[in-house]
Amino acid sequence: MTTLQRTVGAEVTRVEGREKVTGAALYAYEYPVPDALYAWAVQSTVPRGTVRAVDTVAALSLPGVVAVLDSRNVTRLRPTDTPELAVLQSPEVAYRGQIVAAVVADTFETARQAAAAVRVEYDVDDHDAELMDGDPRIFVPETVNGGYPGHAETGDVEAALAAAPVVLDATYTTPPEHTATMEPHATIAVWDGDTLTLYNGDQAPWMTAARVAELFGLPEGAVRIVADHTGGGFGSKAIPRPPTVLAALAARAVGRPVKVAATRQQMFTMVSYRTPTLQRIRLGAERDGRLTAIWHDALQQSSTLTPYCEQTVTCTRVMYAARHRRTTHRLAQLDVPTPSWMRAPGEAPGMFALESAMDELAVALGMDPIDLRVANEPSVDPGTGHPFSSRNLVACLREGAARFGWAGRDPAPGRRREGEWLLGTGVAACNYPALTWPSTANARVEPGGGFTVRIAAADMGTGARTALTQVAADELGVEIDRVTLDIGRSAYGQAPWAGGSMGLSSWGWAVSKACRALTKRLDEVSGAIPPGGLEERADTAEDVEARRAFSRHAYGAQFAEVRVDAVTGQVRVDRLLGMFAAGRVINPRTAGSQLRGGMCMGLSMALHENLEPDPRFGDFANHDLATYHIAASADVRDVQAHWLEETDDELNPMGSKGIGELGIVGTAAAIANAVYHATGVRVRDLPITVERVRAGPPAGPSAGLSAGPSAR
Amino acid sequence: MKPFGYERATDPQAAATLVADSTGAVYLAGGTNLVDLMKLGVTEPALLVDITGLPYDSVEHRPDGGVLIGALVPGSRLAGDPGIRERFPALAEALLSGASGQLRTVATTGGNLLQRTRCVYFQDVTKPCNKRRPETGCSAVQGLHRDLAVLGTSDFCVAGHPSDMAVALAALDAVVHLRRVKGSARTVPLNGFYLLPGDTPHRETVLQPGDLITGVELPPPPEGAAMSYRKVRDRWSYAFALVSVAAVVATEADGTLREIRLGLGGVGARPWRAREAERLLTGRQPTEERLREAARAEFASARPLPQNAFKIDLAVDVITAAVRDLVGGQRR
Repeated sequence: MTTLQRTVGAEVTRVEGREKVTGAALYAYEYPVPDALYAWAVQSTVPRGTVRAVDTVAALSLPGVVAVLDSRNVTRLRPTDTPELAVLQSPEVAYRGQIVAAVVADTFETARQAAAAVRVEYDVDDHDAELMDGDPRIFVPETVNGGYPGHAETGDVEAALAAAPVVLDATYTTPPEHTATMEPHATIAVWDGDTLTLYNGDQAPWMTAARVAELFGLPEGAVRIVADHTGGGFGSKAIPRPPTVLAALAARAVGRPVKVAATRQQMFTMVSYRTPTLQRIRLGAERDGRLTAIWHDALQQSSTLTPYCEQTVTCTRVMYAARHRRTTHRLAQLDVPTPSWMRAPGEAPGMFALESAMDELAVALGMDPIDLRVANEPSVDPGTGHPFSSRNLVACLREGAARFGWAGRDPAPGRRREGEWLLGTGVAACNYPALTWPSTANARVEPGGGFTVRIAAADMGTGARTALTQVAADELGVEIDRVTLDIGRSAYGQAPWAGGSMGLSSWGWAVSKACRALTKRLDEVSGAIPPGGLEERADTAEDVEARRAFSRHAYGAQFAEVRVDAVTGQVRVDRLLGMFAAGRVINPRTAGSQLRGGMCMGLSMALHENLEPDPRFGDFANHDLATYHIAASADVRDVQAHWLEETDDELNPMGSKGIGELGIVGTAAAIANAVYHATGVRVRDLPITVERVRAGPPAGPSAGLSAGPSAR
Repeated sequence: MKPFGYERATDPQAAATLVADSTGAVYLAGGTNLVDLMKLGVTEPALLVDITGLPYDSVEHRPDGGVLIGALVPGSRLAGDPGIRERFPALAEALLSGASGQLRTVATTGGNLLQRTRCVYFQDVTKPCNKRRPETGCSAVQGLHRDLAVLGTSDFCVAGHPSDMAVALAALDAVVHLRRVKGSARTVPLNGFYLLPGDTPHRETVLQPGDLITGVELPPPPEGAAMSYRKVRDRWSYAFALVSVAAVVATEADGTLREIRLGLGGVGARPWRAREAERLLTGRQPTEERLREAARAEFASARPLPQNAFKIDLAVDVITAAVRDLVGGQRR
């Protein structure tokens, strides 16, 4: 027998890679379900009101149309804490784009045609879909997403600001953004008596099953989710969205399997988007850079259905030391679609503001922005007072600076030129909570010696399936090709979502525990596997609960090098370098891919992504990928992700921290800071468009850039 | 999306007859824009007459340096044509700056000319749009209009023409070749091909029912001319122009501009030929100040809106830089 290779830490290629590149991997809509019909949603064309009448005559007259559903003829669902899932439960319209009817037909094309023929009449109410500071309805939520307090305060921030020799007070905005997954939201619903199977693009098979069962008043286990592969989720598939519920309702109504796939246009109102934010940051500092006061206020929106409030200022509670601190979320509930999680919800927009503000403060102090951050490194979590399980922000800043070539940087803006281009560099810190939730997993060995591990995890392209296989193989002490890792089925038992970057840490713990138990059993029987095989089930609920109170976060430093066209204001990101500390990296190949992918999302957030609310209509004016821009290949040049060796025994058996979202955080600020360094123009509103670069001071040729060749 | 008929035309007359004889019939070439609009319900033709089998797919270079480009030549092939790259580089650059590799492989020269505006309201059948449904109102003037036009617009419509290729063709004095329903040929200068919106923004070109674009002719470029296409956009590929400039410049030995032609994209209700700027510059020395003044004069009649007013200064800067680079012998 050859020496066994440990696989954790090795660059294992994706176990489902061949299946995916050959097209064999099935996504939700592709399962060969016989006898299926197709449902197409009719969406509200008013932002607020009541459906008065649904004229189905024309639709029903089309050959192939089986049913037209509206609030009068579908199954009653149980009350839910997620009201946007109460699909077709009432004639009330709470947002433009809400599902108000649906057509079920024998082909996709007929369903679509018939949906366009359904005439819906409304009693229209006045609506308010515009997020405005000063709106008297704005309130401070008790808690925000993730269970964090809506408001937190220590000391006297106002007095500290008044006394501070250097004060920064700036307002930053981020626009609404959309997850825009490659795989649209798609479901096939199949009822068998009171058992429902949903083939679903899904980040959380077990949680979705539980939620749908609750909605339909079914016992636990009566709903099964099949989600072997998911084509991107970014938060939007962490819970079922209206198209999934529609599929189940429609299949129930017609007594046959029903397929639903949202179009790209439908996605923009039917599934989650990121709230816009308006953030004011006030920092007070001593002349040596030490912060005395931090005040971060974020105004955001939700729908009238749900007071979803993104945890935008929570990163500020963790990042820097200062005696006087105040962090507040404010929320306005408007007649708009419901925002939800998207790519580092909270941290991504919050750290754009905080890390831009830190850069501005460094400029005001005449201090290197890395030194400023180091000077404010806290010894314990400033928000909770808990010790850090590990925190290597300073090491990331230092090591990242060395690799990036930061030393000797002239801080003066607008000084570096290459032909028509203005060049600049910028830095920002990042952090993301290292979350772990309880999970269950099963490990099984067959008499032939093959191992199967089952867990209701999800892999939306992250590499989770591969990394879990590595964890299992090492724990079992076998070569990786002897382990089959099955995920994506709710039937495998309780497991958290691929969300909040908690997947691998949570699932890996359960896989590790189950495999350890199985190994023990194998030892007990001296390897004599009985004919029925051996199986062990693990549940980490008590283990997770028993962990001591620590502030657990991953950290990193983002560096950006940009060039800005002095004639036009176009920004080009020549180089991104991220230096991260995220515990133990299970698979450098997929981890690097995730981190670089996150950095690309941060780049896209910095320069491109921008949903345009149209308050007159109550939806977003742009709703396709031609008008909602995401970074294209040509926008992404040199992107590097590196990480430090970090040992942390207070996390989980693997010692891992989540990395799915870490790479997103801070990137936009690093780019904005580099744009300032290149041009002298501080863009505080995302995305960084040409008109924003051109509008900023100091004045340039016609509109704004310093040192243009054609300066008047 | 409504059901529709589909016929594959085997010769031009059969195609014309099919389109002329049925209501709601349209020609189908690459379909990259038409099919999208059908899915959205923006256009609901009863019959598609597929013309991709017709003999309009060659690039014929002429001894005098001109060229006749078949209407069915796809953008990727045109952009890669050695004669085009050598004598009409602004056209090749414009083509390559537009759409994506996949789209350029399928989208044709004739179809490119007939692209519809990407105004978000034109493409959303739940909202008013005078271009899509006359007399329903314009949603863009008070709404999202950042990407839309400032030149040639009206109170009824501020849509912009999205083509990059057509902007280069405008500067190259292209002539559109048409085949009338009965088979006769007709030519229309590109710069007379498009109608301004006025109070009838749903009427976009001079095409008569059944007219078929068979090709686009380019006369030889001015002797000794340098040319370029420069595009400003929100990302480095796969984005429509915020502002683009196709510049064709020929100078005398003393540096005066013997001939200058400027096509502007992203700013006009149609591919915009900057005649006023050209008039002010022809026969003059292209000083920085004069270039800037001339470019600004082109926008004297502009109707900027809050979100797209930035395009005027941007266009002035880009026109100035583009011409300066060409007379200075620099190509970006």
